[in-house]
Amino acid sequence: MIMAPIADVSSRVNHTDSWRIQKPIIDYSKCIRCMICWKFCPDACIDVVDGGAIAAPSERTLKMEAPVIDMDYCKGCGICANECPEKCIEMVLDEKGED
Amino acid sequence: MPFSIPEEELMEPGHTACHGCGATLAMRYVLKGMGEKTVVSVPAACWAVIPGAMPNRTLKVPMVYTPFAATGAVISGLRGSLDIQGKSDYNVVGFAGDGGTADIGLQSLSGAMERGHNVFYIMYDNEAYMNTGVQRSGSTPFGAETTTTPVGKERNFKKQQKKIVADLMIAQGVPYVATATIAYPEDLIRKIGNAKKISGPKFIQILAPCPTGWYYPPEKSVEVSRQAVQSGIFPLFEYINGSIKVTKPSKPISVREYVSGQKRFAHLDDNDIEKIQNTVNKRMRYLLSMEKEGIFVLPAQ
Amino acid sequence: MRRGKIKMRVMQKHNAIMTGNEAVAVGVKLARVGFVSAYPITPQTTIVEKLAEMVANDDLDAKYIEVESEHSAMAAVFASELAGVRSYTATSSHGLLYMHEMLHWTAGQRLPVVMSVVNRALGPPWNIWSEQTDTMNQKDTGWMQVYCESNQEALDTILMGYRIAESQDVMLPLMSMEDAFILSHTSEPVIIPEQEKVDEFLPKLDLKFRIDLKNPMGYGSYTPPDGPFMELKKDLMESMKNSREVIQKVTGDFARTFDRDYSGLIEQYRMDDAKYALIASGTLASTGKYVVNQLRDEGEKVGLIRLRFFRPFPDEEILSAVSNLESVGVLDRSISLAANGFTATEVRSALYGKSDIPVTGFTAGLGGRDVRIDDFLDMFKTTKKGKGGNHYINVKEVK
Repeated sequence: MIMAPIADVSSRVNHTDSWRIQKPIIDYSKCIRCMICWKFCPDACIDVVDGGAIAAPSERTLKMEAPVIDMDYCKGCGICANECPEKCIEMVLDEKGED
Repeated sequence: MPFSIPEEELMEPGHTACHGCGATLAMRYVLKGMGEKTVVSVPAACWAVIPGAMPNRTLKVPMVYTPFAATGAVISGLRGSLDIQGKSDYNVVGFAGDGGTADIGLQSLSGAMERGHNVFYIMYDNEAYMNTGVQRSGSTPFGAETTTTPVGKERNFKKQQKKIVADLMIAQGVPYVATATIAYPEDLIRKIGNAKKISGPKFIQILAPCPTGWYYPPEKSVEVSRQAVQSGIFPLFEYINGSIKVTKPSKPISVREYVSGQKRFAHLDDNDIEKIQNTVNKRMRYLLSMEKEGIFVLPAQ
Repeated sequence: MRRGKIKMRVMQKHNAIMTGNEAVAVGVKLARVGFVSAYPITPQTTIVEKLAEMVANDDLDAKYIEVESEHSAMAAVFASELAGVRSYTATSSHGLLYMHEMLHWTAGQRLPVVMSVVNRALGPPWNIWSEQTDTMNQKDTGWMQVYCESNQEALDTILMGYRIAESQDVMLPLMSMEDAFILSHTSEPVIIPEQEKVDEFLPKLDLKFRIDLKNPMGYGSYTPPDGPFMELKKDLMESMKNSREVIQKVTGDFARTFDRDYSGLIEQYRMDDAKYALIASGTLASTGKYVVNQLRDEGEKVGLIRLRFFRPFPDEEILSAVSNLESVGVLDRSISLAANGFTATEVRSALYGKSDIPVTGFTAGLGGRDVRIDDFLDMFKTTKKGKGGNHYINVKEVK
């Protein structure tokens, strides 16, 4: 069989966390689950998860799906924090070796 | 909360785009609009590198890499080949940067559009050759500093106006032409939905701000993109067979506010900024008059 | 009565009188090509006109896209082939040069496209006549190259070409050449193979890595120095090597099916007891054979080696063919500016360290200049002297 230049392995195998200088921390007690952070993530690394166990500003919000940032891929660009209408995402210095 | 854009992700994480890359968001939204029955063709561009090195792929749809000038012809060939195999329901999407569209790819784009294939051509416009290190393209706006239009002592920033490929496409009879930007994904995806209803060539120019080449902090990509629309620098419109609808900026801002956040414009003086503001005003008036009067060009088909 | 009989025989053998370009178009139709894209250039035009006509009349069930340049023609067939459809284009001269980038791309992506090239000179000055410099300039693009001698061979090479290119051990594109006007626009009797036999000989394209939504892949993404870049290039070279065996097998199968034997990569003409010979390709080989017969009648032990394939280069075949010769000449209807003839250089390289036979190079027939019987007599005479070197044939004194 011949070799053809094809690429068939998902880029998920490449963790891009080492690109990060600062990391986003979501204050779920203020997060209204508007999903604007999810919408604007250029790394498509904000997952939408069942929010049951996460803090929330209200009982109603608590039942809603919540954004969870996948730190294996977040490069720390800060768009989520910049666009968050509730200003509940804070960019903090990512201490290397913490994980 | 219901999502304002489709939840399905056809672009995966782990790609190698710069922090805060606008072009990456453009692809993410385009694929959300297209759906999984899509084949994408990308020429030399940032997007030829973003998926990462072989054997990695970052799209969940086939992606064909091509030489710089070839996008228009490759999507023509894909369309023809898929059609004769009964795969007319596949979306064929050319996804090229502004250099690959306004400059080296213009001939092949123009040919494909003239022949009227049922294809989408997405120009993701980051207003310079970003992948090669921010060199001037035909789509770089007046006033911008690039690595081949360095300001220096002679103030050699780009002195020519931006070549607006969307206008060229309208002029040559493409039935669907729109502009969009990453700050308004709902609008972008709605436009793709409208484009899908048209059997024929579709052209969408998406402004995709580039922190690396426009010299602003990466967290500002969406904000800068929004400012481009609000300032009238990049008017959003949708042209369908002779009628154009222009989105009037909801919270207008000045050109000065738009350029002040980007170091590529740092050298502009008051006269330069006034010149840009006048051009922006004139263009907006022109577009609105077109909206009222309608546009007549010989339709492609 | 007599007339009627002849007509009947003609029909039984599917004979026709047609130009090389028409023969090529018939070959494309018989190969059941599904996608054609081309840009017009003299003297290729009558191929693509004929194909457009076939599509218009439903004689050929293919998509035909009239692109705006040769670069786009090759880009379109690259894409259609990758989507899984047997694809075809044709060009000449500057059109081929304009395609150059896409030639590498198509071979590198391992797509078994077949293309016809009508060999034509390169400007400046403008010249539309026969010369092989255009395709010789593409010898390093990963395409197999066949130089045809007759309209029949031009037709048959399309059929053999797809079979060779699409072999799972090869998966490389192939270009088949005709000399401008001498074949492309000159009529000859041609036997048209029967469709059923062609279908048996040439199975459907089976592209293992075709575009597939169920298995979405990137095609041609970048690879860094430590990626599989060198490995991919080496594999392409290996496949080019493998193609020799495939070519032998396919020409053998073709001979059994259609009763026409093209004998693999080279054709040897009256070489059995020859002491010296000329290596030539395309229609120049025909004139060469005529002169060989003439010299044989005079008692000269002379022969001719016709190169059918230039890629892969038939080095072993040439080494074996010249083993009993005292000298050999190499005729190039092309010019490698600032170097010796393309074929002469390849032949010298093939023989280096393996044979001491003197190799004399000839450059002739540029820009369509006739290469006459007298010119061949000169070349054979010079070859026989065995002094080597490189000579221009029939160049006039410019005052």
